[in-house]
Amino acid sequence: MPALPHGDPAPPNGRLPRANLDAAHGRPFGFYVHVPFCQTRCGYCDFNTYTAAELGSGVSRGSYADTVLQEIRLASEVLGDGDAIGDRIPPVSTIFFGGGTPTLLPAEHLGLIIREIREQFGLAADVEITTEANPETVTPAYFTRLREAGFTRVSIGMQSAVPHVLEVLDRQHSPGRPETAVAEARAAGFEHVNLDLIYGAPYETDADWQTSLDAAIAAQPDHVSAYALIVEEGTALARQVAQGVLPAPDDDVSADRYVMADETLQAAGFSWYEVSNWATSAAARCRHNELYWSDASWWGAGPGAHSHIGGVRWWNVKHPVRYTAMLESARSPAAARETLDEQARFTERIMLGVRMRAGLSVAELPPASQRLVPQLATWGLIEHADTAPDRVVLTQRGRLMADAVVRELLA
Amino acid sequence: MTAQQIPAGHTDPARIRNFCIIAHIDHGKSTLADRMLQATGVVDGRQMRAQYLDRMDIERERGITIKAQSIRMPWTSRETGVEHVLHMIDTPGHVDFTYEVSRSLAACEGAVLLVDAAQGIEAQTLANLYLALENDLQIIPVLNKIDLPAAQPDLYAAELAHIIGCDPDDVLRVSAKTGEGVEDLLDVICRDIPAPVGAADAPPRAMIFDSVYDIYRGVITYIRVIDGHFTPRERIKMMSTGATHELLEIGVISPEPKPTQGLGVGEVGYLITGVKDVRQSRVGDTVTDAAKPAKKSLGGYRDPKPMVYSGLYPLDGSDYPLLRDALDRLQLNDAALVYEPETSAALGFGFRCGFLGLLHLEITRDRLEREFDLDLISTAPNVVYRVVLEDGTERIVTNPSDWPTGMKIAETYEPIVKAMIIAPSEYIGAIMELCQERRGALGGMDYLSPTRVELRYTLPLAEIIFDFFDQLKSRTRGYASLDYELSGEQLSDLVKVDILLQGEPVDAFSAIVHKDKAYAYGTSMTAKLRKLIPRQQFEVPIQAAIGSRVIARENISAMRKDVLAKCYGGDITRKRKLLEKQKEGKKRMKMVGRVEVPQEAFIAALSTGDSAEAVKK
Ligand SMILES: Nc1nc2c(ncn2[C@@H]2O[C@H](COP(=O)(O)OP(=O)(O)O)[C@@H](O)[C@H]2O)c(=O)[nH]1
Ligand SMILES: C[S@@+](CC[C@H](N)C(=O)[O-])C[C@H]1O[C@@H](n2cnc3c(N)ncnc32)[C@H](O)[C@@H]1O
Ligand code: SF4
Ligand SMILES: [Mg+2]
Repeated sequence: MPALPHGDPAPPNGRLPRANLDAAHGRPFGFYVHVPFCQTRCGYCDFNTYTAAELGSGVSRGSYADTVLQEIRLASEVLGDGDAIGDRIPPVSTIFFGGGTPTLLPAEHLGLIIREIREQFGLAADVEITTEANPETVTPAYFTRLREAGFTRVSIGMQSAVPHVLEVLDRQHSPGRPETAVAEARAAGFEHVNLDLIYGAPYETDADWQTSLDAAIAAQPDHVSAYALIVEEGTALARQVAQGVLPAPDDDVSADRYVMADETLQAAGFSWYEVSNWATSAAARCRHNELYWSDASWWGAGPGAHSHIGGVRWWNVKHPVRYTAMLESARSPAAARETLDEQARFTERIMLGVRMRAGLSVAELPPASQRLVPQLATWGLIEHADTAPDRVVLTQRGRLMADAVVRELLA
Repeated sequence: MTAQQIPAGHTDPARIRNFCIIAHIDHGKSTLADRMLQATGVVDGRQMRAQYLDRMDIERERGITIKAQSIRMPWTSRETGVEHVLHMIDTPGHVDFTYEVSRSLAACEGAVLLVDAAQGIEAQTLANLYLALENDLQIIPVLNKIDLPAAQPDLYAAELAHIIGCDPDDVLRVSAKTGEGVEDLLDVICRDIPAPVGAADAPPRAMIFDSVYDIYRGVITYIRVIDGHFTPRERIKMMSTGATHELLEIGVISPEPKPTQGLGVGEVGYLITGVKDVRQSRVGDTVTDAAKPAKKSLGGYRDPKPMVYSGLYPLDGSDYPLLRDALDRLQLNDAALVYEPETSAALGFGFRCGFLGLLHLEITRDRLEREFDLDLISTAPNVVYRVVLEDGTERIVTNPSDWPTGMKIAETYEPIVKAMIIAPSEYIGAIMELCQERRGALGGMDYLSPTRVELRYTLPLAEIIFDFFDQLKSRTRGYASLDYELSGEQLSDLVKVDILLQGEPVDAFSAIVHKDKAYAYGTSMTAKLRKLIPRQQFEVPIQAAIGSRVIARENISAMRKDVLAKCYGGDITRKRKLLEKQKEGKKRMKMVGRVEVPQEAFIAALSTGDSAEAVKK
């Protein structure tokens, strides 16, 4: 599991400096709710999640929603800071339940959390409410209850359609199940459905990947996320690779697969709007993710969740037991925070902005970075957007080299 | 016993015995010296510490005392009852300092050839023995460590007798550890080593056999008086340069420095003039009286001549002034070290340094890193070449980048060495194969005993400084020993191989090699670099070329993926910190044209894996 970053101490009451609260004024505002439970742990996964066995008796899934409600009330106090909350924070525009496996909780528990957020902050009329859903945990009835709880979008962890790939990835669901789940979600009234895919797994072939892409498209989601398999430190996959039991993913192969994905998805009517994300229309994009990548505000509830308000980033303690204990004793579960200076904000703006379809405005770059634009264009990494010539956008090759582009622009 | 029966300054030369100990490392020279110091009463039992003289060296390094380069010891022969003065002179003993060794030997009339009775003679000892014989020294063969169960004194006595042409019964047997045989050895020294001869009334002449910088006293010069007499406070003259200095102090070491009223014929001691740089008091030079100078120097003086060059660069460019100061400091104590500023497109600012040999290079580099806390990159060492152009002009090339290009070259010459290798005879084949690969010519082979051989080869120096000793050791399972000395130059077909990254030559990787080896150098270097240089945004050809002719080529294909394409949610901080770290890494890259090369790649590509430990002693 990735360690939390190092930061400055956060106060026990979680209060934020007035200046940062003010800086968040009028910025779009979202909620992330982390659900740190999984049935089993997939070999590649380093997310902050725990199986029942790992958690023992310290935290129960049944009372988890209650604990999150406490953090939402804390959020309301902190962000209100004695004023009417609406003076400062607009109604919530997106809520995202991620994990872990949020769909291990009863849909009603997720609904309680949504209700508390609405009560404390209000919801925008066009609010987007997404949950990640593991294919084997959902049923038609469950989807219906999610709709009733207020959800507008589901993100289904498909990863692959190919049996041997699913096996290497330690996935629990059977091939074909995610595609069926898409249909079930549609039937329950979900307009927005995403499929997550992973490419470059050990022993996956180009043909396997094409099979997965075709299967995903055939299921007719309106959004696809495709991620290159990362061998994360400390995972079972990392151990297997280190011991030579499994071959390490190859960057050139991953690059090829990315190109396959981009081309197949485009041909099927999807267009990219972020390096790893494709959607059938602007309305199908995940607005919650766009919020992360812009200078918006969000509160992340749950163990290990990250938040950002007006230039302060903080993150909660990682372990659910510790998280629960802190909230029970009326303390903020924040582990540490950092206040972004100009340099850090600029770095983040480039780092996040460059990955988006909208690209970067050349005029807003500092002169030194502007001078690098022609060079990056000659290398075929960026191009001027057709619609907005003053903006530069990553080419397909550039998307594969996005981190290098960022380093050049920041050098 | 009182240590100083005969006062220094006017010792009757007939009573003096000047000798050195020739021994391979670990054969027991220091331990034997300890026993002699004790037996002669110079150091009493209470003061005695193991390796007495070596300890003094360490103290000297800390600037506390003066190095025990020569020790004056009284000894009354038990055979004749005559009281003698023994001067034991230390020899720096390794291959890069053959000249210094020869000067120490020239200060003596005899040498103790000390050989471990469990090991037999080693190549370097043999080389120094030959040097001693050339200097007409009386050799006293001694087997040490006869107390060891593994000792084979009969076998090695026969070997020594065979080498120096004496009777096996004349080989003394001692244990420096127990002291057995040491007093007999002192008697034999008195009996067999000739007394020095010189003209007492002639203008004084003394030979410098060592010269050491001491932070408190300035340069301490070690001398052996040949003729006449030196007195404190007279003015002395260095005959090679004509420079004169006031003689502030003159004395003997026994075992601490003791000022005396002078030194006369045959005596060995030190002098101090207040100069601060060993280059003003050079090994091999003749010292005389400035007022009444000798007409002729003693001869044999030679300017130290660097044989191996290498570029030294600070890893951190801002350490350049530190490196310059450190070299200035080292030079105070090292007349053979030369350097001049050099810039490399790849490595930045540094110094082109000349050394007596590879070991001298390693010692210097080591001291710079250890004593001055510098991190250095050194370029592959090269020897000094002589290039004759078709128009008849001549160039001396100490740096591959000075190799004439675009000019018609008529002839190229490279330095050669005469090498001696001693090994068990079963390794003859392996040694011959190695020497063959290194363009060696066999000069001769002798059996020292039925199972040990001495092979003599002429080899290009350039082949020796590259990995030769490691190879020799590994192919003979550590049994071979090596010594070599410079032996002029030979006509060779030499070329300069350049290494190009994206068409840009990388100066640090250029090398002068024999034509037959150019291809091997080119392919190994390009292959090495392909592994070491990370992929870039564009394809990077790596070429090896002689002039404009490409002889080897590798390709680093363009990097295709450099993006974290994973769902990282709201943890923006981690992503940014990762990026900042990568950015720092980018700053440490050296640019070759547009190619970013990590410093580690330079270091790894330049490391030869060689070590000259071999000949260190
Ligand atoms: N058994 C035994 N060991 C000895 C004798 N002389 C020296 N040694 C050991 O051999 C090693 C090397 O001796 P040292 O005097 O340092 O050798 P150097 O390198 O020639 O100065 C040390 O461990 C000594 O104690 C000896 O006569 N007998
Ligand atoms: C928060 S995770 C898990 C959501 C849900 N529990 C699931 O497994 O479907 C969201 C997505 O990140 C991707 N992911 C997780 N670990 C990854 C890794 N090591 N490399 C690449 N993608 C990864 C998977 O596609 C996964 O669906
Ligand atoms: S189910 Fe999802 S969150 Fe859970 S271990 Fe697998 S990938 Fe990770
Ligand atoms: Mg010693």
